[in-house]
Amino acid sequence: MFESLTQRLSKVLGGLTGGGRLTEKAVDEALEEVRAALLEADVHFRVVRDLIARVREQAVGQEIVKSVSAGQMLVKVFSDELVGMMSSEGEPFTFAGGRPTVVLMAGLQGSGKTTTTAKLAHWLRTEHRRKPLLVAADIQRPAAVDQLKILGEQIDVPVFHVPGEPPEVLAELALAEAKRTGRDTVLVDTAGRLHIDAELMAELSRVRERVTPDTTFLVCDAMTGQDAVRSAEAFQQTLPLDGVILTKLDGDTRGGAALSVRHVTGAPVAFVGVGEKIEDLQRFHADRLVSRILGMGDVVTLVEKAQEHVDEQEAERQMKKMLEDEFTLEDFLSQLKTLQKMGSMKDLMSHMPGMSGLDPAMIDEQALGRTQAVMLSMTPAERRRPSVLDNSRKRRIARGSGTTITVVNQLLNQFEGMRKMMKQLKNQGLFSRLMSRFTGGGLGMGDMAGMAEAAAGGARPGAGGPRPTAGTVNQIDRRKARKKERQRKKQSRKRR
Amino acid sequence: MLKRLFGGLKKTRDSLVVGMRKLLGSDTLDDATLDQMEELLYTADLGPAAADLMDALRKARAAGEVTEPAQVEPFLRDQIVDMLGDDVADTPVGSGPRVVLVVGVNGSGKTTTIAKLAQLLKREGRSVMLAACDTFRAAAVEQLGVWADRLEVRIVKRETGADPSGLAFDAADAAQREDIDVLLVDTAGRLHTATNLMAELVKIGRVISKRIPGAPHEVLLVLDGTTGQNAIAQAREFKQAVAVTGLVVTKLDGTAKGGAVVSIRRQLDLPVRFIGLGEGADDLERFAPAAFVEALFDG
Ligand SMILES: Nc1nc2c(ncn2[C@@H]2O[C@H](COP(=O)(O)OP(=O)(O)OP(=O)(O)O)[C@@H](O)[C@H]2O)c(=O)[nH]1
Ligand SMILES: Nc1nc2c(ncn2[C@@H]2O[C@H](COP(=O)(O)OP(=O)(O)OP(=O)(O)O)[C@@H](O)[C@H]2O)c(=O)[nH]1
Ligand SMILES: [Mg+2]
Ligand SMILES: [Mg+2]
Repeated sequence: MFESLTQRLSKVLGGLTGGGRLTEKAVDEALEEVRAALLEADVHFRVVRDLIARVREQAVGQEIVKSVSAGQMLVKVFSDELVGMMSSEGEPFTFAGGRPTVVLMAGLQGSGKTTTTAKLAHWLRTEHRRKPLLVAADIQRPAAVDQLKILGEQIDVPVFHVPGEPPEVLAELALAEAKRTGRDTVLVDTAGRLHIDAELMAELSRVRERVTPDTTFLVCDAMTGQDAVRSAEAFQQTLPLDGVILTKLDGDTRGGAALSVRHVTGAPVAFVGVGEKIEDLQRFHADRLVSRILGMGDVVTLVEKAQEHVDEQEAERQMKKMLEDEFTLEDFLSQLKTLQKMGSMKDLMSHMPGMSGLDPAMIDEQALGRTQAVMLSMTPAERRRPSVLDNSRKRRIARGSGTTITVVNQLLNQFEGMRKMMKQLKNQGLFSRLMSRFTGGGLGMGDMAGMAEAAAGGARPGAGGPRPTAGTVNQIDRRKARKKERQRKKQSRKRR
Repeated sequence: MLKRLFGGLKKTRDSLVVGMRKLLGSDTLDDATLDQMEELLYTADLGPAAADLMDALRKARAAGEVTEPAQVEPFLRDQIVDMLGDDVADTPVGSGPRVVLVVGVNGSGKTTTIAKLAQLLKREGRSVMLAACDTFRAAAVEQLGVWADRLEVRIVKRETGADPSGLAFDAADAAQREDIDVLLVDTAGRLHTATNLMAELVKIGRVISKRIPGAPHEVLLVLDGTTGQNAIAQAREFKQAVAVTGLVVTKLDGTAKGGAVVSIRRQLDLPVRFIGLGEGADDLERFAPAAFVEALFDG
């Protein structure tokens, strides 16, 4: 859907690689591309302008480091700048001593306050062993109280509400109720409101005066456009914010509004919402959001970019290291774990610009989970030397992982195939390096082999490589699809 | 319409209009002026359309068609009205219930828009029935139920967790039997990237057409007016899945301009049908491009 920034930059900066210097003209042209990308990502116009000015100063005259392209370098400069802007060290919550902690939730209509309030209660309970009390203080929206009550029931957290009372009174009563019932954290859900609605903004002030919240969150829809600056600023003025929660990041929005909001409020993004379910709440990581905003999530483009520009020797060295270490199941398992830490593969894919044309259903996460279960049922020694696996060991592993011997054998065969592939790839080391870096081991074993295969110059399945798996074929098809998509885009750009 | 739209958008267009006025106060059309103009367009979320408008403006300046600041506003206004296309009339009502399927991402304003549409239709003397096919979100059924009570319209509902397409079929059936003029179908919010949820939506549409051939007659995509460029992706994906016929842009009573719809109209040929200007049942207006653009530019 979006063209990745690296892709755009490579067009502008072309063959400019190691050794050269970034000239003013090259920088200007490149920055025009960066600017377009940032605006496309919904970063506010002024924020973009300031950023570009800052980076321009840093970039002109810089020597291009060996082994990267000028485009990659510029993206890096930007990425560092943005990560610096978005990072924060602090903890998301301030807990009160001697009385229940009060958390106040505020935001525009439909941003996700009610859902997030319940998510936070769940998070506080599991991560901090808190005993939350939810307060239904939205007396505007039809069935808002019911909504919070149902969510409270789902997570088994009490919900406080007294019909007919205004929000500030509800908050106060809830605080008393919490003291009485031994709840140590009070989370107040409020009605959605427009920042220009003086009456409702005053209502928030009243709540704040009555219960002096320890932490106030602004809940902000990640898909928000340029207006984010204004609404966030207005909320901040009424209600000093301690943090921002960015919701609906499970879609394909670039989320540039977060930059704007951070810029105008100074409040750090504390959490992100990545789905409708209670568990779909994560701590915020600046680097992830920044690569999303800059469109650096595009593995393939990066790989291709790197193929064009990376220092061959360096790549060789890395690859050798990997091969000398002898890639074992142990390594593979740790890669899989990294992958899982990065989040669900489907989520990951949907975040990758350029992969948006892909059907995420094609990724077999179940198979991935099964693969991992099998490996986890092996002893570390077995993982290091799979050759010791005889039938009785395999039976044990199958039982332990809830699979069958066939599945265990399949995994071993695929792994063997993959290792062969890696050896063949000795001279193309680069690919595996990037692969392990970006996907933490690929899309499952079949796919990993597939990627390797594609890298090896698109060797057809069966041509000496491992038995083609569904993954292998998929991967090749996907690469084809992506190539087509790129060509299509190129053409449609020409038309415009 | 104009008056209400102005009322609703009044607080909203300050920067655009004030900025524009400031610009037009000076009498040379220099680059600095154009740069400021560009900011005005971008901050209204016009996105790619802003870039094209600026190109057009620069060309017009080079060609000597636009030479003074005072010509800029009318020039852009015309361009945007062109981009937005003509007013769209309702498709004529045939026999049998007319089914309107309302779709969109989470929290964009679908349920509230359904209430507003019901109010509008009732005013026009039509009989209305609601189908509470958001059986997923907590208290979504209750929310639509509250509206049905307030507006005194029939609602077909089931408990949370029920199959939405089964319910849609029942609703179509009830609307048919009771000879209702318009059936408004609420659906759960879903991100356009959620493949399985999009498939569920397709199924709802298909099931309705089994009971009422040709239905749904309209598929309205509800877009949050504060949404930026992602609105384009939403429109593209929903259109592809369920043949969206028109857009409703909500929350334009705030400071957001909803400029993304300009690109959506151009790229996907989807007209805006209604705009939402508040949380009440009366806060819905039929969309008229000229009025919309005028409201953006006129102080
Ligand atoms: N996909 C996705 N949906 C979310 C997320 N957070 C909330 N939602 C959905 O967004 C919609 C609105 O959420 P609510 O919690 O009702 O929003 P709110 O801010 O309380 O709304 P008002 O009280 O009306 O202002 C619901 O459909 C939620 O399920 C998220 O992180 N991802
Ligand atoms: N200011 C304003 N608020 C609106 C408008 N339309 C809807 N809202 C509010 O936005 C919030 C979400 O609206 P809903 O109608 O529940 O949205 P939805 O799309 O049905 O949400 P889900 O079903 O959770 O996906 C509610 O608080 C509405 O009152 C509008 O035009 N202006
Ligand atoms: Mg709410
Ligand atoms: Mg709804």
